[in-house]
Amino acid sequence: MFEVQVIIENKPGISDPEGATILNDLVLKGSYSSVKKIRSAKMLRFQISTTNKKTAEETVQKLCNELRIYNPMVSKVTFTVN
Amino acid sequence: MYHVLLDVFKLDVKYFWHEDKLPKDLDAIVLPGGFSYGDRLRAGVIAAHSPIIADVKRMADKGMPVLGVCNGFQILVESELLPGVLLKNTSLNFMCRWTELIVENNKTPFTNKFALKERIPIPIANGEGRYYVDKATLAMLKKNNQIVFRYGESVNNSVFDIAGICNKEGNVVGMMPHPERAVEAEINPRDSKPASVIFESLITTVGARK
Repeated sequence: MFEVQVIIENKPGISDPEGATILNDLVLKGSYSSVKKIRSAKMLRFQISTTNKKTAEETVQKLCNELRIYNPMVSKVTFTVN
Repeated sequence: MYHVLLDVFKLDVKYFWHEDKLPKDLDAIVLPGGFSYGDRLRAGVIAAHSPIIADVKRMADKGMPVLGVCNGFQILVESELLPGVLLKNTSLNFMCRWTELIVENNKTPFTNKFALKERIPIPIANGEGRYYVDKATLAMLKKNNQIVFRYGESVNNSVFDIAGICNKEGNVVGMMPHPERAVEAEINPRDSKPASVIFESLITTVGARK
């Protein structure tokens, strides 16, 4: 059994109002002026039963593309296998 | 939507369950607004995989008029019948207010009785209504005359203030605002006539009266 983490976030340059609100209305008001940017994302953890890590990652990549787990127009997606 | 098509415009209209097949003798398909699957993952994406969408795609490919309103529009983009995506409003709030649309394409089955640049008072009500396309796709939309409605004011930072688009062929139209909430004088404090033209255009297209 492997766990594949899928992180879905807006591509750079596409506004992320949630990240901006966390930065401006929470972090900066909390006096952490060293923080310059926050981007929010959605993470999905897939527990998948395959024979090896490579197949686990490939299967999750394939299903994410096929089922439009992320929207390719706007999202950047990162896969990590544990 | 059902009430408006049936009682206001006197059309022969039926509901279809999302797991059913569509009969072949339809004249048009309307995907109404509301919510599907609680907007989980992204608005419209799960409903876009409902079995009935395969039939909607098949019929759309044959040129049948298809209108998606609000969640219906989100389902049309997530099923790739229309380009782009609808993002969370910049405010992150559900937005419910009146605004004005400008007709930018009067060649679609739902806009053919409008004058170009005609203005439509209309309510918008959504949480994920900020239309986004990349620059290349926006250029393609402009080139192919796929921008059907723009907002008369900047309401939610949609790219190019786009409120509604169509496919290249023009038969599939998606829009975020709710024309069905604007066609009855009793619930439209401004002017119910312009929004009615969306449905009157459809009737002209399909010639369908009960």
